[in-house]
Amino acid sequence: MRLSYPSNIKVIQVPCTGRVDILHLLNAIENGADGVYVAGCLEGECHYLTGNIKTRKKVNYVKRVLQEIGIEPERVAMFNLSSAMGLRFAEIAREMDEKIKALGPTPVRKKEAA
Amino acid sequence: MIVADRKSLEEILSMVKDYKNILILGCKGCVTVCNVGGVKEVEILASALRIARQKEENEINIDTNVIERQCDNEYVAQIKDSVGNYEAVVSMACGVGPQFLSEAYREQKFYPAVNTTFFGGAVAHGIWEERCAGCGTCIIHDFDGLCPVARCAKSLLHGPCGGSSKGKCEISKETTCIWDSIVSKKMEQGRLNDLLKVRAVKDWRTARDGGPRRSIREELTK
Ligand code: SF4
Ligand code: SF4
Repeated sequence: MRLSYPSNIKVIQVPCTGRVDILHLLNAIENGADGVYVAGCLEGECHYLTGNIKTRKKVNYVKRVLQEIGIEPERVAMFNLSSAMGLRFAEIAREMDEKIKALGPTPVRKKEAA
Repeated sequence: MIVADRKSLEEILSMVKDYKNILILGCKGCVTVCNVGGVKEVEILASALRIARQKEENEINIDTNVIERQCDNEYVAQIKDSVGNYEAVVSMACGVGPQFLSEAYREQKFYPAVNTTFFGGAVAHGIWEERCAGCGTCIIHDFDGLCPVARCAKSLLHGPCGGSSKGKCEISKETTCIWDSIVSKKMEQGRLNDLLKVRAVKDWRTARDGGPRRSIREELTK
């Protein structure tokens, strides 16, 4: 399958979405990412049983943190799909890209070291 | 253990609004166990505050540290070389922590990042409940191990009150009426008569009503 998805999306592989931590998501935002999303296995199909379900809760926690400090919570999201759903992967990437483009660049700007 | 909840980010942000260089200090005691002020939570708070301040284009430098316990002077002393490097220190320990810190470092300003709530334990993953109110004279053996002082909204010693309904307390449908539980347990064990015992009025002087308390173990004092 030669599916294309927006080239501005940087994929970071993890053994299981359960490995994704609140801090990873926050640090991405802190370091200037316009958005960050987690693509986990379908619910009920986690090889480690509940990694994806736990991480959905972590994603929701990060959304609440962003909301509290006045940043659009939609910049962080979680999707579930299986490794056989390449089409869906490309579709999600485009959806997320469009959503973030509509929100505009992140308001979190680090001052450039002079 | 002592249970606490983190204050809102809004409140913490307003505490540190005038500072550009702070330390967030966690504690490896109770607040680590109830996931509110340990290594992980310190880093999360630091990141959230940095993001908020970057957004306002008013960056803040935040260092983090976590000590064994903030309620022991020997551990509090471990930050003596670094505590002066900051405009303020935000403590993620229970209310004891910022007080020990303030007493040890008079010239520094300490802010509590958590609201200290109760003595209790985890009843399920991620859920903590109150069990003890530190009344200073434990009487739970009379109630089969269920504490009416901490767990009855009115601290009744001869309950239940008229507000008890279907096992719930009148204050909320989420709250167990502990007197319903006490009576049920006594019935189960065929010991309902225990509750007929007329008890002397509880002496609340050993509780907070008697003023700040102190424990002394002569064998340990120097
Ligand atoms: S009777 Fe007093 S010391 Fe005992 S559990 Fe209840 S509040 Fe705590
Ligand atoms: S309903 Fe039960 S727990 Fe609530 S105040 Fe009355 S006796 Fe206490």
